[in-house]
Amino acid sequence: MGDPILQIDDLHVSYKVYEGRLRVLNGVALHVERGQRVGLVGEAGCGKTTTMRCVLRILQSPPGRITGGAIRYRGTNLLRVSQGELQRIRGSGISMIFQDPVAALNPVFTIGDQVCAVIRHGTHKRLTRAEIRRRALGALREVQLPDPDRMFASYPVQLSGGMRQRVCIAMALATEPEVMIADEPTTALDVTIQAQVLWLLDRLVQDHETAVVFITHSLGVVREMSDWVYVMYAGTIVEGAETNELFERPLHPYTLGLLSALPKLTGGGIAKGIPGRIPDYLNPPTGCRFSPRCPNAMRVCDQERPIWTRVGDTPAHEVACFLYGGEGV
Amino acid sequence: MIGVNGLTVQAKKRRWEGFRKAWYKFSRNPVSVVGLVFVLGVSFLAVFAPLVSPYPNHAGPYVNFAIGSKPPSLSHPFGTDAFGRDILSRVFFGFRYSLMMGAVVLALVVIPGVVLGLIAGYYQGTRIDTIIMRITDIFLAVPPLILALAITSVLTPSVLNAMMAVSLMWWPWYTRLVYGLASSLRHEFFVQSAEVIGASRFHILFRELLPNCVSAIFTKMSLDMGWVILIGSALSFVGLGAQPPIPDLGTMVADGAKYLPDQWWIAIFPAFAIMVTVLGFNLLGDGFRDLFALEEI
Amino acid sequence: MKREILVVDGLQKFFVTSRGTVRAVDRVSFSVREGETLGLVGESGSGKSTVAYTVIGLHAPTGGRILFNSQDMSTSIWKRSRALKRSIQIVFQDPGTSLNPRRTVQQILELPLKVHRVGTARERKARTVELLRKVELPEDYLYKAPHMLGGGERQMVAIARALATDPRLILLDEPTSALDVSIQAKIINMLLGFQNEMELAYLFITHDLSLMRNVATRVAIMYLGKICETAPTEEFFRNPLHPYTQMLLSSIPVVSKEEEAMRPARIISKGEIPSPVNVPPGCGFHTRCVVCATRCSTDQPVMVEVEDGHFVSCLSFPPPSDVQQLPVN
Repeated sequence: MGDPILQIDDLHVSYKVYEGRLRVLNGVALHVERGQRVGLVGEAGCGKTTTMRCVLRILQSPPGRITGGAIRYRGTNLLRVSQGELQRIRGSGISMIFQDPVAALNPVFTIGDQVCAVIRHGTHKRLTRAEIRRRALGALREVQLPDPDRMFASYPVQLSGGMRQRVCIAMALATEPEVMIADEPTTALDVTIQAQVLWLLDRLVQDHETAVVFITHSLGVVREMSDWVYVMYAGTIVEGAETNELFERPLHPYTLGLLSALPKLTGGGIAKGIPGRIPDYLNPPTGCRFSPRCPNAMRVCDQERPIWTRVGDTPAHEVACFLYGGEGV
Repeated sequence: MIGVNGLTVQAKKRRWEGFRKAWYKFSRNPVSVVGLVFVLGVSFLAVFAPLVSPYPNHAGPYVNFAIGSKPPSLSHPFGTDAFGRDILSRVFFGFRYSLMMGAVVLALVVIPGVVLGLIAGYYQGTRIDTIIMRITDIFLAVPPLILALAITSVLTPSVLNAMMAVSLMWWPWYTRLVYGLASSLRHEFFVQSAEVIGASRFHILFRELLPNCVSAIFTKMSLDMGWVILIGSALSFVGLGAQPPIPDLGTMVADGAKYLPDQWWIAIFPAFAIMVTVLGFNLLGDGFRDLFALEEI
Repeated sequence: MKREILVVDGLQKFFVTSRGTVRAVDRVSFSVREGETLGLVGESGSGKSTVAYTVIGLHAPTGGRILFNSQDMSTSIWKRSRALKRSIQIVFQDPGTSLNPRRTVQQILELPLKVHRVGTARERKARTVELLRKVELPEDYLYKAPHMLGGGERQMVAIARALATDPRLILLDEPTSALDVSIQAKIINMLLGFQNEMELAYLFITHDLSLMRNVATRVAIMYLGKICETAPTEEFFRNPLHPYTQMLLSSIPVVSKEEEAMRPARIISKGEIPSPVNVPPGCGFHTRCVVCATRCSTDQPVMVEVEDGHFVSCLSFPPPSDVQQLPVN
């Protein structure tokens, strides 16, 4: 277990709106080891994309603002580095794949231009044009795109969704980053194409030994694509465990609610789901943010925030819930 | 809230909250507020010109060569022109003609233009679309100022004829604008829902599509005020619009041009007045766009 | 046996574009019974949404017939009677654009009532309140505009609008695809409740087979404009016959070992989904089929009843009386 390559500590983010400030992230903490595949799962509005935008400092500010915490990449706090240092880290240290491949690729440049641009900016030593092109073709070949030479000269609009996403993956891995953040990379794709792309992504990530943070709202996908899963709710991480452990022994009431609300291939109907709505970020509940909807809520849940507690070692399992300690050491 | 009375109170509260929110959205851009101030100022002066002008009778036929061509002073802050007329008062009255020009043209042009655009957009791809848009294209192909010049030179030059001419070449822009919006919205699910429910075409055009075009229309109207005033002034400048002694700003600039640079105030102040008016409407137009924007949750 | 409320017979819908003729729906036949749900499953280009839009009348069919309660309605919506428009409604996929952003919820709910002249103004107002209550939304939502509502709430308004005229059949085009798991659970349970209460028939379109398992009475799978397989739900999942069905089922990410056991072994598809402009000759699926034989690129499969109610369209399942028609390999 060495030092984590990426570590987020107590991150707080708020957004300014007409009515006041939305306290979106409320002390997010997670870490990623070298080469580890970490899944970050949560529903819409829980703050997972916001968290990852903070890592690369691409949060829209205003109205967003980081009001506390640290994000350490190889020990350096990314929130405090200079723009120049950040530019160097983006792309070659940490890269990102976005949900919508249509929006992520510039429609007026060829695929080749865009992949080469990524390699040119992301590699520290000076490379010749021929070398850049060679690497770009290699990257396209690696993601199993048919006929890479023709692809090189094509425009994004000529490609299907699955192919475009593969180009984005190629771009994200071309500079050999140590961490790749994938934000819902397959949500916009068809089921069979999604299976293809995920299989490819998994293989590549293992080949390159890249650490991955895989963000999704799909529990099924996160189960296939990660070694460790964090569950996020309303701006906090509520549970984290090795993947199999999380699905076999979910602890947090929110995780339980989510799993029971999923339609199962085995049938049996769908449970009622979790009553209530996500909290109002303008006036979030003091104490545990899930307590208004929690079937096991106790009085302390409304008053104090549960502390992140380790409840299992092998397999590892951590949770922030008063049902399992949470009062702190 | 049950009960008719309870609902009315709620409705009033909602409307008030709506206005406050609208003001917040609008005022977030201070430049729009500046625009609003300019427009309100000009409008006030235009409406109350007879009351606030120091020499209201100078707006008509008035001659007093004794005080002619005097530079700006305390009694005549904008100076006097060659006929001895107070330029400040004439500028205030000039605002009237400018605003009237803009308002009349837009009133004539917006409704037909928008309606044609809605119909063409909804029936996009059919013969109706082709007919309407080709006619629009023909009008758009003629250079606007040339058309206006041609019309006014054939008819007797006057403010009214200038407005007619400008209207005739202005409507296609609204049709184009609304056509673009309507034809893309036409395939949205909410329009298709209305069709599936069985709503009439009238409802779809005016209650589903039109409300979504309002923002663009108002923004354009505000920017257009500036343009119409400029074109009206241009027509007057070449003598095809308002005729002397009407204190039209464009005419005043034309007359004053002869006296540059010695008696600069005769041309410069009216020109400045045109600038303030047009600028005000332009800035206001930006504000309209913010005003109508849908806020996120 | 409940009676058939919707019968679709040999439905065809072609679009002529600059790139060629899009055979979006190519001879599709199915029926829906009162109080039951037919699930229509497929990926991009399958034609499932086009089927729904043609049934509801947004497109006029190119060929084939659509019968509602034995009444022929194979025309576009503008040529249909008012009574028909009351009886069949649709809920669209994207809650973001299915409600007019410039209208209030009240205006949106009142439209169907106004169009069909239900009651006086006061009665209509009362009915809108009642509709909101039915979908468990508070009364003050009447005065909100759609952008003030969350995705799930907007979809609930869309459902309330569909229920306004007491329809007998509702088409649901991916009603929960854009929504979170817990909201999906709530909406699905609500829809099932309405179905029970009002003997509603649903044509439920989705790509999510796990959801289909829990919602549909019968399932039909579409690929490139044709139905590949159709069967009662239990039978469909217990014994998937068509190679495409098996590929689809094997691609779904699941969250438990029991579900994994239910899935066929993983079949990673090769290549992209063809566009319906260029439907491959012979069997449309042959380019990606793992059991593709030579004849599959030339011969058209026919729909064969393999077991009671279980139909497959694949050359591996030849019609019993026509064996001699197949070319010898």
